[in-house]
Amino acid sequence: MTRALSKIYFVLIGLFLALPMIVVAGVSVNEKQTLAFPPKGFSLSWYGEIFLNPEWRSALFASLTLALASAALAVAIALPLAWFLWRRIAPWANIFQILGIAPFTLPPVITALGLLTFWATTGFYGQPWTAVVSHAIFFVTLPLVTLSLGFTAIDRSLVEAAATMGADDRTIFRTVVLPLILPYIVSGYAFAFVLSLNEYIVAYMTVGFTMETLPIKIFNALRYGYTPTMASVTILFVATAAVIFSLVARFGDLPKLLGAMSSDDT
Amino acid sequence: MRREAPQRFGDYAPLFFPATMLIVFFVIPFATMIAVSFFQRQQGGFYVPAFEFSNYQRFLSLFFANVLGFSLMLAVAVAICCVLLAVPFTYLLTRMARKVQIVWLVALLSVLSLSEVIIGFAWSTLFSRTAGITNLLVMAGIMSEAKALLPSFGAVLTGMVYQAFPYTVLVLYPALVRLDPTLTEAARTLGASPIKAFFTVVVPALRNTITATLIMVFIFALGSYLLPQLLGRPQHWTLSVLITDQAIYQSNMPFAAAMAVFLVLVTLGLVGLTILAGRKGEAA
Repeated sequence: MTRALSKIYFVLIGLFLALPMIVVAGVSVNEKQTLAFPPKGFSLSWYGEIFLNPEWRSALFASLTLALASAALAVAIALPLAWFLWRRIAPWANIFQILGIAPFTLPPVITALGLLTFWATTGFYGQPWTAVVSHAIFFVTLPLVTLSLGFTAIDRSLVEAAATMGADDRTIFRTVVLPLILPYIVSGYAFAFVLSLNEYIVAYMTVGFTMETLPIKIFNALRYGYTPTMASVTILFVATAAVIFSLVARFGDLPKLLGAMSSDDT
Repeated sequence: MRREAPQRFGDYAPLFFPATMLIVFFVIPFATMIAVSFFQRQQGGFYVPAFEFSNYQRFLSLFFANVLGFSLMLAVAVAICCVLLAVPFTYLLTRMARKVQIVWLVALLSVLSLSEVIIGFAWSTLFSRTAGITNLLVMAGIMSEAKALLPSFGAVLTGMVYQAFPYTVLVLYPALVRLDPTLTEAARTLGASPIKAFFTVVVPALRNTITATLIMVFIFALGSYLLPQLLGRPQHWTLSVLITDQAIYQSNMPFAAAMAVFLVLVTLGLVGLTILAGRKGEAA
């Protein structure tokens, strides 16, 4: 009986998680420009709209560029930091780990507002690259956590062997550490990429008035006129996230990654 | 290689870039925000450097007390709902086959990565009159005509639980994975039903984890900046919504900054409590 109960419980939770997406998927295939559910008629034209309508296409392009660049910058910040913390005994350097985790732990409005006042004060407010830097700082936590985990998984005797044979730090990093840490770099990048793609408030507060990313575009459409394109973009986002996380699970150890992620988080 | 203390200046080299980035783009912006919170607002959205507490004095109003009270109450409600739903769910999940676990984890991560804009849009569609869930009930003959379920407190709560549920599961997951399975086995051997074993063995063993999770979900919910606005009425606005509103639409940066500083203090206080709870857990 308890088996059946737990099955029902999982079905209900699954339904709760999926229901909004089912309705949105239904809305996205409406034939006319209405947000009706169940959909009236069937058409995939609202998916085409994302790529054909110049406004949506440029928002898509902006979002992708932002996510690709900011995730790369986040990894570039996290990698040397995680390497240093693993390689050296420098207790005071742990403060940078705390600084790296803080932006993601604090309510997002705070990071967003801090960056808004900063860019406004320095006079760079509204420049597209400020969003890249802002997102990189906001999401640096993710590669930092996966990389710290990756480094603790490295067998130190491997590195020691290389050092005894005369390899310097740089050579050791390139030939021994980097290949071992690569899966963690990829998953850290993937997490930062997906979250940056979806992020709204930091992007809105830094470049909201000069540039439209997809979440900003959806928000503006929510206020100034509904269109089923919002629904098709949403489905595109969910599908992208699911594909990327499945790939991370396929090529990495997702339960292990998550097992350590949250324990580092607290 | 043994870890060793840096000896030469060059040993610090890997730290330069990350440290500079974090200081320039996180610490300094944070300090800027604190400074602005003491600035004086000028008409037209600008502000001039000053040192005054007037932005903080505005907290001493009934309106602000109401917003703060509602924010805290809502975050508590979300945290309790999420933990109640997530503890049994995560417990059962960790006992499933690895492959099944991975599928669920991917689904949870996908929902977690959705922005509030999208969650807000999805639920406002689900609760709307034209495309909402009530249409299904009408089709099933349970209701006579479709109606809108928002804006309402229930809609805000549902949306926020939806947003925070995957986070709750992922916070609980490591602790529950490591939970010793012999604990429940022992209880079962002694004749307890699975449900009884869950409540008398698993829940007490996880007391500290659950407390820490409640606080973390509470902080997460406190950060929700859009859902109360999209799914609720103005009286359902939280501190985070108000900060966004003041910063962007009212162009009152000093007041927004003061509220943000206040929110940080509340959050930090709670993080401190979480760590304290964790320490106690280790000692016990």
